[in-house]
Amino acid sequence: MTEKILMKGNEALAEAAILAGCRHFFGYPITPQTELAAHMSKRMPKIGGVYLQAESEVAAINMVIGASAAGARAMTSSSSPGISLKSEGLSYLAGSDLPAVIVNVQRAGPGLGGIQPSQADYWQATRAPGHGDFRLLVFAPSTVQEMVDLVGIAFDLGDKYRMPAIILSDGLLGQMMEPVVMPAGSNTKVPERPWATCGHGGKREHNIINSLYIDPPNMEAITKARFRKYEEIKEKEQRREEYLTDDADVVLVAYGASARISRSAVDMARKEGIKAGLIRPITLWPFPDKAILSKKAAKAFLCVEMSMGQMVDDVRLAINGKKDVIFFGRTGGMVPTPAEVLKEIKKIKGGI
Amino acid sequence: MLTIICGHYGSGKTNLAINMAIGWAREGRKVTLADMDIVNPYFTSSEYSDILRRNDVTVISPAFAATNAEVPALPASMHSLFDTEYDVIIDAGGDDAGAKVLGRFSDRIRAKDHEMIYVTNMYRPFTAKAEDSVNIMRDIEAACRLKVSSVVNNSHLKDLTEASTIIDSLEYAKEVARSAGVPLLFSTAPRDLISALPKDENFYPTDVYVGTIWEKGEQRCQK
Repeated sequence: MTEKILMKGNEALAEAAILAGCRHFFGYPITPQTELAAHMSKRMPKIGGVYLQAESEVAAINMVIGASAAGARAMTSSSSPGISLKSEGLSYLAGSDLPAVIVNVQRAGPGLGGIQPSQADYWQATRAPGHGDFRLLVFAPSTVQEMVDLVGIAFDLGDKYRMPAIILSDGLLGQMMEPVVMPAGSNTKVPERPWATCGHGGKREHNIINSLYIDPPNMEAITKARFRKYEEIKEKEQRREEYLTDDADVVLVAYGASARISRSAVDMARKEGIKAGLIRPITLWPFPDKAILSKKAAKAFLCVEMSMGQMVDDVRLAINGKKDVIFFGRTGGMVPTPAEVLKEIKKIKGGI
Repeated sequence: MLTIICGHYGSGKTNLAINMAIGWAREGRKVTLADMDIVNPYFTSSEYSDILRRNDVTVISPAFAATNAEVPALPASMHSLFDTEYDVIIDAGGDDAGAKVLGRFSDRIRAKDHEMIYVTNMYRPFTAKAEDSVNIMRDIEAACRLKVSSVVNNSHLKDLTEASTIIDSLEYAKEVARSAGVPLLFSTAPRDLISALPKDENFYPTDVYVGTIWEKGEQRCQK
């Protein structure tokens, strides 16, 4: 299908997973990710797939572990508090070297927080999605079309590196509608998974999927090997989009919905003759630090987030003290306006 | 007159409700817009209360609309809808799930002069085929115990909408209405596209009110 259709972000994430060959979805209801599970519940029975509403988020992520271990492309989705519940399972997925796609349609936190949009799970996704030494691939779409495109990439890279991937969305992106083109033809041919525990038929050795390592030296060696893989990913998989950054003295750094707002603010600034630009990270881990470091003309960086300032840590790590890194954000379910961001750009401009 | 606007999730109920409410108010009619969507907390007509009130439209919202709480509760003031001289527009929630709350008022609605408009968009995947759209309409009717009296064709692709986008949907819209056994009230069209559309069809000019904060400068109504 090459024709444009109108989809909500949440629906697009679900349909894109189906097109990427996912036939196993396990979830538990929570706002504002509802339409994703609702879409799966309608579509999966019609295409021979499984939509299962589990008894809890913990159960759902453990079903994902089982399906993935058996060789299936599996997905679960939730919103912030539900992702916290899944964190044990996320760690087990990483410790078992299993691919899977986990969607977080973020809402305000901490605690029960609220149902309005937020980006306050950045630290959780990029730093500590669960206990132990590990990383997850983290993707941050900012349009409904990009949601479609990144779901397929998340599944493919998850398979390539044998690790789970998070799609970090938010309530606003999940609920808004935009025209999209679905990829032509369904990629139902999932890559070979020679490691899967799907029956050896007496023709090969047993495959073992496990995250318990009895022998400490062995576990250290396995963890170090995993981190060598992470270094390779940091080298090869950084993704970002840039907008008017070549001559910009103030470079905004924003992802997801905040990037849409920041782009409008950049346009407003340019109309007033201010040289502003935008770097939009598409992968949050690996963070696109090479792109940020390469902005030699920039005098200052402005990080715009729907949180108290979490990604700003990664921008500062990339800059390593060489330039000013300033933060502006709203939190608690509040969304910054382009006008508010423009005011911050002008404030910085006055000081450089 | 009491006008209920129902339809599939994302069919454009809220944008139509706001357009009709403001349009009627500008004609000098006294209008109340009741947001009866308690199943989805995003992009509801309550979010647009400011512009509605500036245009002299009275707004009645769910008890916790536009807050961080998800409490699907209606305020007592909803009962005033059935005891008023105002023209009332009820913006229902999406699908049968969203229309269910109307069932509680179905006796009182039936006792009044009323119409129920079913909004459909050919570019939404679950209502892309006329047959599927009519099935959703029947589910809505069953959930709220009320009958749809007309269909509105709201087929569009947001800011990518061109005259051909709408023209291509006209046959579909007629098929939905024919299968549903009710008239096609009109097709909506962005105000600036009306002159490019066939004169022998019935179009209702609309402005874009519902959208994200960064779209407000990009959309047709602001140009």
